[in-house]
This record gives sequence, structure tokens and C-alpha cells, in this order.
Amino acid sequence: MSAFKSLSLAMVKGQLRDRTAAFFTLVFPLMFLLLFGALFQNDSAPRSHVLQVGEVAVLDEMPAEQRRGLSEALDVEQTDDREEALSRVSDGDVDAAVWEDEEGRIELRYSAADAARAGTVQGLMQSLVQSANLAATGQPATYELATDQVEDKSVKAIQYLAPGLLGWAIAMGSSFMSAFTLVNWRKKRILRRLWLAPVSPGTVIGARIGVSLGMAFLQTALFLAIAVIPFYGLKLTGSWWLVLPLVASGTLAFMSVGLLIGAWAKSEEAANAVLQLVVMPMAFLSGSFFPLENMPGWLRTVSNVMPLKHLNEASQGVLSRGESWGAALPAIGGLLLFAAVLTFVASRLFRWDDA
Amino acid sequence: MTKNIPAIAVEGLRKRYGEVQAVDGVTFEVAHGEFYGILGPNGAGKTTTMELVEGLREPDEGSARLLGQPSWPRDPGLLRRIGVQLQASAFFEKLTAREQIHTFASLYGVGPERADAMLETVGLTDKAGTRDDKLSGGQAQRLSIACALVHDPELVFLDEPTTGLDPQARRNLWDLLRGINSQGRTVVLTTHYLDEAEILCDRVAIMDSGRILRVGAPSELIEELGVRNLEDVFLQLTGREYRE
Repeated sequence: MSAFKSLSLAMVKGQLRDRTAAFFTLVFPLMFLLLFGALFQNDSAPRSHVLQVGEVAVLDEMPAEQRRGLSEALDVEQTDDREEALSRVSDGDVDAAVWEDEEGRIELRYSAADAARAGTVQGLMQSLVQSANLAATGQPATYELATDQVEDKSVKAIQYLAPGLLGWAIAMGSSFMSAFTLVNWRKKRILRRLWLAPVSPGTVIGARIGVSLGMAFLQTALFLAIAVIPFYGLKLTGSWWLVLPLVASGTLAFMSVGLLIGAWAKSEEAANAVLQLVVMPMAFLSGSFFPLENMPGWLRTVSNVMPLKHLNEASQGVLSRGESWGAALPAIGGLLLFAAVLTFVASRLFRWDDA
Repeated sequence: MTKNIPAIAVEGLRKRYGEVQAVDGVTFEVAHGEFYGILGPNGAGKTTTMELVEGLREPDEGSARLLGQPSWPRDPGLLRRIGVQLQASAFFEKLTAREQIHTFASLYGVGPERADAMLETVGLTDKAGTRDDKLSGGQAQRLSIACALVHDPELVFLDEPTTGLDPQARRNLWDLLRGINSQGRTVVLTTHYLDEAEILCDRVAIMDSGRILRVGAPSELIEELGVRNLEDVFLQLTGREYRE
């Protein structure tokens, strides 16, 4: 076996046999995806739930086609007891109750507790009544509203969770692996021993990068495989494969973070603690767990210096928003530059021995 | 093989760490096939001398030639011909004894059969599936020596191979080291055990405070100074008791 292969194998075995490390770098982020993906599945605007008391002509006589179209937005439940219906409205159990009085007037009662839902249900009922009125006149409409769908800029939970949690997993895994190898090999004098073996530094570094890239691609494959199952519902768009060069450059960038911390840290424990202090806040500020839109402006400005933010945004763009090289290239360039700068700094701090 | 050049030729080595002159002008030669000991108390500069000779560190002054080649700067061609055991066992995390030696073997382009044979030589075949942290001190040292020998080097450096071992394990290791030397390899070992140097080494260099005080065969040194053993030789040379 070549030196490259056997060193790679030694790293993979060492890593997988360290159960705690393997769990936190490989399994833990996947668990987050499984859990968060399920929790935030129905994140879109809720349907209005309306109680219909007795007969209401505009609802009952609606053409079947229109009724189907409406069912996306409106859920109508039949009841005969007006008192009970009103009490369910005031309990917040349903959004509104509707009935028709003797003169054919349609009465709508809603709770003002949730203004947005109240507005939605009012608007919906208003438009139903108006179109029924128009139909009753038998005249063609003077004004017409033409509608069409625009390119979807909104984000479903899985669309930011999959790239965000993947980015977090890559950041954790890559930085931890390179820091651990550096600290452990220095402490156990493997670095020294390798110096005295006829193996080139390029082979050793290449094996470390190769193993980290392999792990990162494996994680990417698992994340995407889970995210695209219908239950989670991620829909990949054209240039989704650009996530691979993005993940590769992200891996290099976070390996350089690990190198820097590993060059400084004296023990694996110290390296791990510092890595958590760096990676967790970065993941929060980079939109790995929730979208950045909900953050105050100054915090969003801070997040712009985070390499993970750019990895997450570009991955989201190419995976599910139909973006391509235009989104990927600047991120790839930035991540590689970041990696180069940090690796340079780490090389200045590099020590062969613990002392 | 050019037998007329020495296996090791060291000339005026010096190395300073901050305020400490760890090695202060060390010169010696080791002949092919010789079992050479560098003897001295802790802090005498043995390990630093060894690391300079091996080419692990750059000397401030002086030079070391191994098998006719300078050991600094790093020369992969030369590294194939020498075997080193560092003071702390340099093992990969969470690998078994067999996986360790197979990994080291592949660094030298040596196949797994030869690696397994080496494991047999040091008597670790039944521990092949044991991870490095589950090996006893003596087993770890034997594995470490096996890793140093796996590519059949002409020249072997062992840094305090018996430190921390119980008497039985030390004796087992002595047999192993004698065997290695009797196959014609040149062996250089550092030790702070006087009895070990006396039993194993053809010649010893006695070091203190970064310098070599005297070089010779143990028996000659004892005779020359008219004392009973190497401990007394050290006492005579430095005027103080030998402390391990």
C-alpha cells in the first residue's frame, strides 16, 4: 500500500474509532437535520379555518372548481350551533364563524387576537361575497385581475436548513479533524517520526486533506439524500452539483481554522474547547439554524465576515434557488482566500514539539 | 558498501536552547556493526545529541554524517537506510499493533508480510490485534523497535528503549537488541542505566553537561581508571555520584 493510502487509512480508523468525536462530527448534525426538518415542515402561511353555521349560499353554491382553488387557503367546517361556534372563535380554536341571517346578509365573526389571521379571513370572505354579487348581476366584470406566479424568492425551512446544517457540519468536522491531527501528532511525536521517514510533507498533508474532503462529501451526500425525500421536501434546482466545489472549498477554509487552533493549542481538549467557542457562534451568525432575515441589521453586518455565512448562502442558492456559477464562484474564491491566509498564519505558529 | 568510511562521523556538534547549551561540541565516530552507547544522567544532552545526529534538528554548529551522507538537511534517500525509535513511542491514535507496523512499513514502501514477520521477531504476534494504549510498557517498546526496524535499516538509533520497564522486560529487550546487532546492523542507543551500557555496548561515550567526557569499551574504561564498574568511572570523571 502507498504511504498516501496507509496514512489516510490510519486517519480514518483513528477518527471512526473515537466514538465521541465520530458522533459529534458525523451523526449529530444529521440528527439536527432530521429533527429540525420535521419540526419546521409546515412553516408556510396557515390556512384560514372557518366555521359555517347552517346554510350560507355564497359558500354552498360555489362552483366546484373555485372551491378546489380555495381549499388551499380556506378550510370550511360545518356546524349547526351558533353559540358553540362563537365560543370556539373566542377560544382561538378557529379563525372565524360565518352564517347567513334571514335577509340574506352574511355575518362574519372573528377574533382580533391574531390581527394577521383576522385580516386574511376577512379579505377572503369579502372577495367571495363580491364575486358572488358580480355573478348575480349577470354582467361581465369591468375590471379584471390577472395573476401569475413569479420566481419563488421565499424560503421554505428545508431550503435553508439543509445547506445551513450541512455548512455547520462541514465547519465542525473539518476544523476538528485538522486541529486534532495536528495536536495529537505533535504530542505523540508522530510529526517527528514522519520527518525521519522517507515520506514527503505533501503526502502527509495530502492524506489529511483527502480524508477531510472524503468525509465532507459523504456528509453532503447523506444530507441531500435525506433532504430530498418527500417528507422533508427539498427540491434541487439545475446547478445543485455546484455544492460540491463549494463544500470542498469550505472544507479547506475550516481545516485552516483547525490548523490555526491546533498550532496554538497544547492538548486535544483545549483545541476542542476553543473550536466549540468559534464554530457555534459562527454557525448561529451564519444562518445555519435560522434565517438571517430575523436578525438585527448590525448583527447581519457582523455575519458578513463569517466564511460559513457565504458558504451557506451560496449552497442555498445553487441547491434550491436556481442559482449557478454567479453565486458559487465568489464564495469559492473567498473561502479559498480565507484558507490561504489562515494556513499562512498557522504555518508561522507551527511547532514540531509540545515544549 | 564502503566499509572504510565510518557508519557515523560526528564533528563538533553544538546546539543551544535559549540559555541552555544542550550540546556543547560533541565529536565521535561509530564503526560499521558496532553497538555504541551514549551514557549519561538525565539532562546530559543525550537525546539532543541523538536528534542532531539523526537529522531531526539543525545543529548550530558542526555536522553529522551517516553512512557517508550528511544527515542535515533532510535526505529521504538516507532516511530509507536508517531506523529510529524516538523517546516517546510515536504511535497513531487508536490503531492496533499490526495496523501501526503496517502503516510504518508502507511509509518505507515495505509490504505487509515483512511487517508481520517483524511483529513475530519482537514477539508480539499474539498482541497484533491490541491497540497501542492497551499494550504494556515493554510491549509498546518492542512494537516501537519493530516499527524502527521494519525496513531493514543498516543503522538503528534507539533513544532510552528500556526506560520505565521492569527488570524482566528490560532483559527481554536486551536479548532483542543483541539479536539486532548480531545481524550486522550498527546500533546506537542512549541510556541512563550504567549496567545496560556495560552489558550491551561495544563502546560507550560518557556524557555530562552537553559534552563527551570519555569514550571507550566499558571494560577498558573500568580498567583504565582502576575502578569496579561504570558507576565509579562516572564518579571519577565528574567528581560526583551518578544519579539516575
